[in-house]
Amino acid sequence: MEFWIELVVSAFLILGSIFVFVGSLGLAKLPDFYTRLHGPTKATTLGMGCLLIASMIFVTYQQGYLSVHELLITLFLLITAPVTAHMLAKTAMHHELEILDKTSNKALSQRARERMSP
Amino acid sequence: MLSTAILIATILVCLSLILNLWRLFKGPDRPDRILALDTMYINSIALIILFGISSSTTLYFEAALLIAMLGFVSTAAMCKYILRGDLIE
Amino acid sequence: MKTKPRFRLLPMPLHSLILFVVWLLLNNTVAPGHLLLGAFLAIGIPLLTSGMQDAQPGFRKPLATLRYVFMVIGDIIAANFEVAKLVVGSSKKLSPAFIAVPLNIEHELPITILASTVSLTPGTVSAEVSEDKKWLYVHVLNLTDKDELIASIKHRYERPLMEIFEC
Repeated sequence: MEFWIELVVSAFLILGSIFVFVGSLGLAKLPDFYTRLHGPTKATTLGMGCLLIASMIFVTYQQGYLSVHELLITLFLLITAPVTAHMLAKTAMHHELEILDKTSNKALSQRARERMSP
Repeated sequence: MLSTAILIATILVCLSLILNLWRLFKGPDRPDRILALDTMYINSIALIILFGISSSTTLYFEAALLIAMLGFVSTAAMCKYILRGDLIE
Repeated sequence: MKTKPRFRLLPMPLHSLILFVVWLLLNNTVAPGHLLLGAFLAIGIPLLTSGMQDAQPGFRKPLATLRYVFMVIGDIIAANFEVAKLVVGSSKKLSPAFIAVPLNIEHELPITILASTVSLTPGTVSAEVSEDKKWLYVHVLNLTDKDELIASIKHRYERPLMEIFEC
């Protein structure tokens, strides 16, 4: 396998896995649910994007034809990640989960729970 | 070089799975657990993709796609369930 | 009730196109057999399901849509480096906040796209939309300036969407 293709694939793999790891680290260490929500929705999505691009380049080179079906997973994750985050935030508000004390505008979550204007 | 990169990536993804598992057990609330499960779904897709690259086959693509779809649907269903207490209204 | 619509071969042209492309992506091929089968599905499925659809404003400006998509992808990459920095750094320095963003766009589809974009871009997750669809509640991971953030959401994401959907 050519050196530079190997280099690009390796770089994407490492970058992607670092992002996946950072997302999970955020899930594990951040202090309250709403801040924890940020890690998986963003970092993990981009991490998966990088891994799938690496897979795309690798398979295209390996099999000798343009392989784009990994794009489908990337697109699917990009569309579903915000929906999941939104539903989870809604659920958390409904259950009145503990909000970190230093959060400013805490009262807004109460208004959001009732779906009223602030 | 590629095999080393795959090894490092696999280790990182496995570590993230362990972190997710820790969050899944620790909670403290149900939304936390659902979020941990959802992240585990995504991380297991990453693991399957890495396995596919290391064994240079495209056979696992369908498995990854299925996990992505089932993961989203089950997360949405669980959110809906604890939000309303019912799935079909 | 509305009168029975005239029969159309392609009731949802955009959906047909998406179905066709997704079918080819799924099979990872452009073989003639799959082109035919994909075309059959792309015409057949919208014919069966068009009755279930609520009217939504369409994408009026393809070029603006494309520009918006690329801008969002760029922002997602920037957002990730920012969030990664915040996550790895000390969590004592974070200043999370809830903010309410007033919405000018009206219909469901544009609001959904705006909320998804907000969730994917720097340090913000959309949490709820008010009943009257005038306010979007957003959770911010690290708030520096509230008015600036609201202005940037409105200027950067809402205005192009208003332009695309012409509402």
